[in-house]
Amino acid sequence: MNERTFRQISTRRNFFRDAAGGIGTIALAQLLQKELRAETTNPLAPRKPHFPGKAKNIIFLFQEGGPSQLDLFDPKPELAKWDGKPLPDSLTKNLQLAFIKPTAAVLASRRQFRKYGQSGIEISDYLPHLGTVADDITVVRSMHTEAFNHHPGQLMLFAGTLQVGRPSLGSWVVYGLGSESQNLPGFVVLSSGAGTSGGESNFSSGFLPSTYSGTMFRGSGDPILYLSNPPGVTQDVQRASLDALRDLNQEHLEKTGDREIASRINSYELAFRMQMSAPELLDFSKESPATLEMYGVDKEPTKPYATNCLLARRLVERGVRCVMLMHASWDDHTQIDKKLKKNCDITDQPVAALIKDLKQRGMLEDTLVVWGGEFGRTPMCEIRNPSEADNAGRDHHPVAFSMFMAGGGIKPGQTVGKTDDLCFHIEEDPIHIHDLQATLLNCLGLEHTRLTYNYMGRDFRLTDVEGKVVNKLLA
Amino acid sequence: MRLRTVCLFLTSAIPASGADAGTKVDFARDVQPLLQQKCVVCHGAKQHLAGLRLDDRDSAKRVIQPGHASDSKIIDMVKGASGKVMPPMGAKLTDDQIALLTRWIDQGANWPASASASRHWAWEPVQHPAAPAVKRGDWPGNDIDKFVLARLEKEGIAPSADADKATLLRRVSIDITGLPPTPQETAEFLADQRPDAYARQVDRLLASSHYGEKWSRAWLDLAHYADSDGFEKDLIRPWSWRYRDWVINAYNRDMPYDRFVTLQIAGDEMPGATAEDRVATGFYRNTMTNREAGVDRKEARFDQLIDRVGTTGTVFLGITLRCSQCHDHKYDPIKQRDFYKMLAYFNAADETDIEVPVPGEVGSYLRARPEYEKKRTEVIAQYNIPELQKEWEADMLEAMDRPGRQLDWDFQVTEIRAGVDHGERILRTAPDKRSEPDARTLTARFLRGPGPRFGKDKELTAKIKEAKDKIDELDKGFPALSMAYVMEDRSDYGAAHIAVRGDWKNPGDEVQPGVPAFLPGGDKPAATRLELARWILSPENPLATRVAANRIWQELFGRGIVSTSDDFGTQGDKPSHPELLDWLATEYRRVGFSNKALIREIVLSRTYRQASTARPDLEKKDPENVLLARQSRVRLPAELIRDEALEVSGLLNTDVGGPSIRPFQPVGVAELGYSVKKWIESPGREKYRRGVYIHYQRTTPYPFLVNFDAPDSTLACTRRRLSNTALQSLDLLNDPAFFEAAQGLANRVETEASGDFKTRLRFAYSLCLNRAPSEKEVARLASYFDTQASLRQKDPAAIEPWVGVSRILLNLDEFITRE
Repeated sequence: MNERTFRQISTRRNFFRDAAGGIGTIALAQLLQKELRAETTNPLAPRKPHFPGKAKNIIFLFQEGGPSQLDLFDPKPELAKWDGKPLPDSLTKNLQLAFIKPTAAVLASRRQFRKYGQSGIEISDYLPHLGTVADDITVVRSMHTEAFNHHPGQLMLFAGTLQVGRPSLGSWVVYGLGSESQNLPGFVVLSSGAGTSGGESNFSSGFLPSTYSGTMFRGSGDPILYLSNPPGVTQDVQRASLDALRDLNQEHLEKTGDREIASRINSYELAFRMQMSAPELLDFSKESPATLEMYGVDKEPTKPYATNCLLARRLVERGVRCVMLMHASWDDHTQIDKKLKKNCDITDQPVAALIKDLKQRGMLEDTLVVWGGEFGRTPMCEIRNPSEADNAGRDHHPVAFSMFMAGGGIKPGQTVGKTDDLCFHIEEDPIHIHDLQATLLNCLGLEHTRLTYNYMGRDFRLTDVEGKVVNKLLA
Repeated sequence: MRLRTVCLFLTSAIPASGADAGTKVDFARDVQPLLQQKCVVCHGAKQHLAGLRLDDRDSAKRVIQPGHASDSKIIDMVKGASGKVMPPMGAKLTDDQIALLTRWIDQGANWPASASASRHWAWEPVQHPAAPAVKRGDWPGNDIDKFVLARLEKEGIAPSADADKATLLRRVSIDITGLPPTPQETAEFLADQRPDAYARQVDRLLASSHYGEKWSRAWLDLAHYADSDGFEKDLIRPWSWRYRDWVINAYNRDMPYDRFVTLQIAGDEMPGATAEDRVATGFYRNTMTNREAGVDRKEARFDQLIDRVGTTGTVFLGITLRCSQCHDHKYDPIKQRDFYKMLAYFNAADETDIEVPVPGEVGSYLRARPEYEKKRTEVIAQYNIPELQKEWEADMLEAMDRPGRQLDWDFQVTEIRAGVDHGERILRTAPDKRSEPDARTLTARFLRGPGPRFGKDKELTAKIKEAKDKIDELDKGFPALSMAYVMEDRSDYGAAHIAVRGDWKNPGDEVQPGVPAFLPGGDKPAATRLELARWILSPENPLATRVAANRIWQELFGRGIVSTSDDFGTQGDKPSHPELLDWLATEYRRVGFSNKALIREIVLSRTYRQASTARPDLEKKDPENVLLARQSRVRLPAELIRDEALEVSGLLNTDVGGPSIRPFQPVGVAELGYSVKKWIESPGREKYRRGVYIHYQRTTPYPFLVNFDAPDSTLACTRRRLSNTALQSLDLLNDPAFFEAAQGLANRVETEASGDFKTRLRFAYSLCLNRAPSEKEVARLASYFDTQASLRQKDPAAIEPWVGVSRILLNLDEFITRE
């Protein structure tokens, strides 16, 4: 065999190996899929979990800024007795807070709570829609974290560390499992409200290859940056251009024998498929009026968040592994009653609709839904402008806060963890962020100690050197 | 994918020579590094889980039966034969590694007493090896080639033929200046038959001011340069570029590496330090700053010190000092104490911003100043600012000393601590002792937010606002001097302490500045940053020159001789050519640490000049091209892809140096930031300047840079990843900036070339790829051209055929690759 023939055979073989659903030869790729999965170089090809997990996908509903657990999930009637008075020293010793001093007065919640469903989960009057799916969710009242400022708190929540530059939860998941979608990114980020403190670090791949970064779908213009063709480039023009580009690249692949060119050809084909499939993804016209109404897509103030929630379901339906919704900001240092209501009015109905919708389509069992922020808020009151009525807000509280989750692998209809009468400290079942991360990965069939990446001389993982799976949460 | 390369090399793809079946396995060379890498973290001196130590011959006997691998428990464990596999975390042993271990045990498990765990190649002194003898004496061009060829001959591999002249010129032009050769340069070189034609090109390129732009980028990655603070607020740092300019100039003047390093570590401590010398310490000002109001300042500073120590370790020593923040290093002999000794150097230094005029500034400044000062003093006096500020300062100090009494003042305190550099220090300095810039900073802060006491008095608040507006107006018209961010010695922070378990709130023993004890010279005192720099560059330190020479090699081959250029410790990869690495390290010192001289020597080698084409005989033997029997094809870094597109389309603005630029960026990117939400496009031809000048906003970086793997500038980055994604394809196809380049290229083809399709296409190819198209390529593009023409006939809005062809050329893999 001369060198030229060798190269042709070798590069063609490698080319198909690299193709993983690649150019034109979908049938062949499907035929070979099993082998391809074992030996593929497509970094987003689906990979087997460490063990069969209940969840295949994850939707993280990130409520940026730290929603107040006292006013949403963890009622504290006892606090009324302390209202306007400082907490006892014994509780606040060594306490470090972002803005207020430990001597600040207590602010009892003005919210009414109700027990919902068979499970009797207590939920605030600000979240009536969530009440209707109470039996499908599990509320955790005993979350705790290390950081009492936003960016570090968000780094902890998503990267398991206080340092910038580490991979985010979504990136680890896609690194571990790949993605079922051959037409869309494996990890999609949707945003509403203001910018977040964490910015890109909440969905960055850190030191993992950038392939695993979250792809931000934009609210206006192209949903994915540069998805639309430039002016004068119709679909026909694009296809004709890509055909020529592919042939020239193929020619050069044969000349140089560099497999990287095969990957490049692949990337262009995936780009084209993204262009083709995105409009269908974003087109809600085939959704029933009942569905649109359930989410609140066509009315304010739910519209932006409802759109993102519905999009999240459609993304997961199309095989996207991980969807993250960012909503900012719940950082209610002042005017908590007013500002909290505003965010609840925006998000409550869409979140409840998402859970219902996933359930009615049989998708909830393999989709893990998580709702929460980077920390909670203090029982004490923060006042920045004493002359203004209703100025009262709450400071950051990392010591005890609430989240909820639903779906894939989670045991529904329970309240886990208990805080003291002041909602200050955890009394039962403390769950650290690392434990949460270990548990979420477990639901997805990933063993958190085995999901590692070697960088700068050591193996890194999402949970750093900590993390225990919380069995109580698991179905 | 090339990504895989990075991962694979962490576990070494090339088996150590001599590990083939039948040959004798050497414990120190083959087995010990494996045990060290995979087992010793849990079964070593620090921790001996299950009572087992695999760094100790006697303890290891428990699991090793000499001569009987099949009876040795260690083999069962690494194979996972009993259900549990070792190591439990991280990459398992490969089949080759298990085979090696098996063979070593079967051969008698010889474990010489002399094999001590602390001997690691990188800690050994640098030797100056003589170039080895080779059989093919006609191939080597210089000593570098002899090292490479000797290894190839040992493996029975022949080197590749030289690359053709056009490819070579494109390669060396991109490697030295970051820009492709022009068609004229290519034509001249092809016509030049003199024996030193290539060397002449190399010298021409090294003399170009674009050389500094190209090579500074790699250094800026190490410095993790950015134009903003990072973290939540991510405020813009308008003077970051002064440090970048310093780096570019240093490269262009070929500043020797020892001086280059010394100035960056301790320019301010140099005898007779100039302002420029001080600007060099901006190296340590690329550390991120968290201005979130609630952040504890002590913690924020501690984080910065951690970064400075980690960066120093990675950049100058190639060691992972950061691993010792909380405990002794688990693999390398770095003690936690060493980490805090290094931290002590930076604890005794602090950030300061100084005026460093750029040429042409001083005259107008001096002329305008008296008038400005006069008017400013008038405003200050007219509004009675000193008196009011005094009251405000008193309230501020009261709130600082007795927090928790007045909530609104508490907030002010938090804000000034986070928002004003050294805010509390300035406030606590007596007014007559404050430096002028400090005093102005404080007054500016007062005017910006005069605090709750005045807030109740509407009239007074309005007056203060009026004063602020007037001063702002004066400032606007005043030609202030340009600033720079630098470091200076400061003793305010007291002695440094070990942070117990890495926790800043838990100080342990006091430590004095000093270098890591395990390295030569680690026992000698070095109290200042200047002494630290001198030690780093001293001949007795085995790391600095190896690390630096390795990075130069990496820049020219796409892979270092030590592939883990960030880690020369025991967890890093061993050098593929240890003698060559030492030769380069000593040569670097011999040529007076001249980068240009070392680069010249390397690019003149035949090793460098080989073709990069893949070879069937290497497919199995050396798929990652470790042995260098050919050159490598390397995708261009983000900035250079953009530079090249601008260059061939005639859009590139080649001005060197100056403030950062903002090219076009779609709406919706900057807006995701927390406080900096605007991206104001640079006017005119500014936006067409080279990629190294693009403004780097840490929380919302320019998307093109992110897409093409520019680092996130949070930590020192010694080697960029090379990914290959669909988002990159969308970017090159549809980014308006690239579409504009395609139109520019089409315009050049239509105006600068004449004749038929083929002639024009040859021109386009000479611009983009500096070669002629093959007949097949001509035919394919001609067919596309016709398709496009007919599409345009149907739809006049469709792009012109030449724009279409240009767009294809700018998307070719070959266009974004240096071959």
